[in-house]
Amino acid sequence: MTQIVHMRGMNKYFGTLHVLKEIDLTVEAGEVVVVIGASGSGKSTLIRCVNGLEEFESGKLVVDGNELAPKSGNPKALAEIRKEVGMVFQQFNLFPHLTVKKNIMLAPMKVKDASQTTANATAERLLNRVGIGSQADKYPSQLSGGQQQRVAIARALAMEPRLMLFDEPTSALDPEMIGEVLDVMRELAKEGMTMMVVTHEMGFAREVADRVIYIHEGQIVEEGKPADVFDNPQNERTQAFLSRVLAH
Amino acid sequence: MEFQFQFDWQAAINSIPYLLKGVPYTLLISFGGLAIGFVLGIIFGLLSINKKWFFRWPATAYIEIFRGTPILVQVLFIFYGLPDLIGGPIDPLTAGIAAIALNSGAYISEVVRGGVQSIDKGQTEAGLSLGLSRSQTFWSIIWPQAFRRMIPPLGNQAIVSIKDTSLFSVIGVGELVRQGQVYIANTFTAFEVYFVVAIMYLAITLSLSLVLRLIERRGLASV
Repeated sequence: MTQIVHMRGMNKYFGTLHVLKEIDLTVEAGEVVVVIGASGSGKSTLIRCVNGLEEFESGKLVVDGNELAPKSGNPKALAEIRKEVGMVFQQFNLFPHLTVKKNIMLAPMKVKDASQTTANATAERLLNRVGIGSQADKYPSQLSGGQQQRVAIARALAMEPRLMLFDEPTSALDPEMIGEVLDVMRELAKEGMTMMVVTHEMGFAREVADRVIYIHEGQIVEEGKPADVFDNPQNERTQAFLSRVLAH
Repeated sequence: MEFQFQFDWQAAINSIPYLLKGVPYTLLISFGGLAIGFVLGIIFGLLSINKKWFFRWPATAYIEIFRGTPILVQVLFIFYGLPDLIGGPIDPLTAGIAAIALNSGAYISEVVRGGVQSIDKGQTEAGLSLGLSRSQTFWSIIWPQAFRRMIPPLGNQAIVSIKDTSLFSVIGVGELVRQGQVYIANTFTAFEVYFVVAIMYLAITLSLSLVLRLIERRGLASV
């Protein structure tokens, strides 16, 4: 199998705070890896390192054959990685001055020199795929949170990514809208998209993940199939965390 | 002794054609200066938030110097001082435009800085994560949003600069106030003439306010 993400001995600091400690992690093509952990554990930082939104201080990180050097030392690889890796944010981060369709068309036209016609067709196809084809000419602020997040997913997909990163994609949503976003993600996973997902949705993790990773204070303390991690956690920190989040 | 003042409407009306000759100069200095000031403001505003100190420091120095000294001193310096340095006279119109440009440029730099910094950093992250370069992200995502927020303070600065041009009567540019002074010197109708001068400034600034409000409303409607 092809390795999409390959991390070895990765360390990341915020000032003197050691947020990621000796991370070893591999994501194979087609795999869905869900990262769980308490807030402040470093799980978001971990996936933000993958597309260089955070730089790391030491260790090795290869994404789809492009090796990133510590301290953003390899801008060429970084540019390649960002073209191949899509990201969905907790706060959607749609561009409020552009219509939904233009949000999706922007990157293919600017980065891949796609023609207006091609980009337009791609945008319409993807909007239909995430179930909001009729909203194409609206502005993001006119959409519900769930719809905005689906647009954000479509926007990332327009670049035909090899890997999708999801950074707590449903944490800012009203409860009744979480399902529609998870449905889109579930579909993506089914179609074979390689995904790294940071989430608090344990039900989704159990159902969709090929592998679950539990991070505690910047370290991977448990890793395995969802059934093993959720039903039979080995590490006592994982047990404590799961009993807290699964209790309610 | 009883003192009675009568507003002389005829004198006021008579002064209008002569005063109107000053309006093109007032507009030319204001808007010529503001146009250059806008370019300076974009350049120095963006430099002032650059990560590298050797871009940031000179920009900050420029902003502080021109915000921290009176525009009257600036224009006197340009008109009377600079000729010594460059070895030739500067015409009053050029000096006036330069003063408005440099002065408004400093304030507009701050407007640009504030506008750009007010945009959520998630917007930059979204642009970069889609593969856009830093400059593509800035010009197609950050700048259009920041510019929209900059319109009200830019309008404010335009009004301030229009009024600032009145100070340039001291270097003999034939703008509104200068025209008024010359007219009064011959007719001794100070009250009426300055009243008309004030009304003319008000007409210019109110028209501008109106235009700005229309632009703002259109801008907000499309977000």
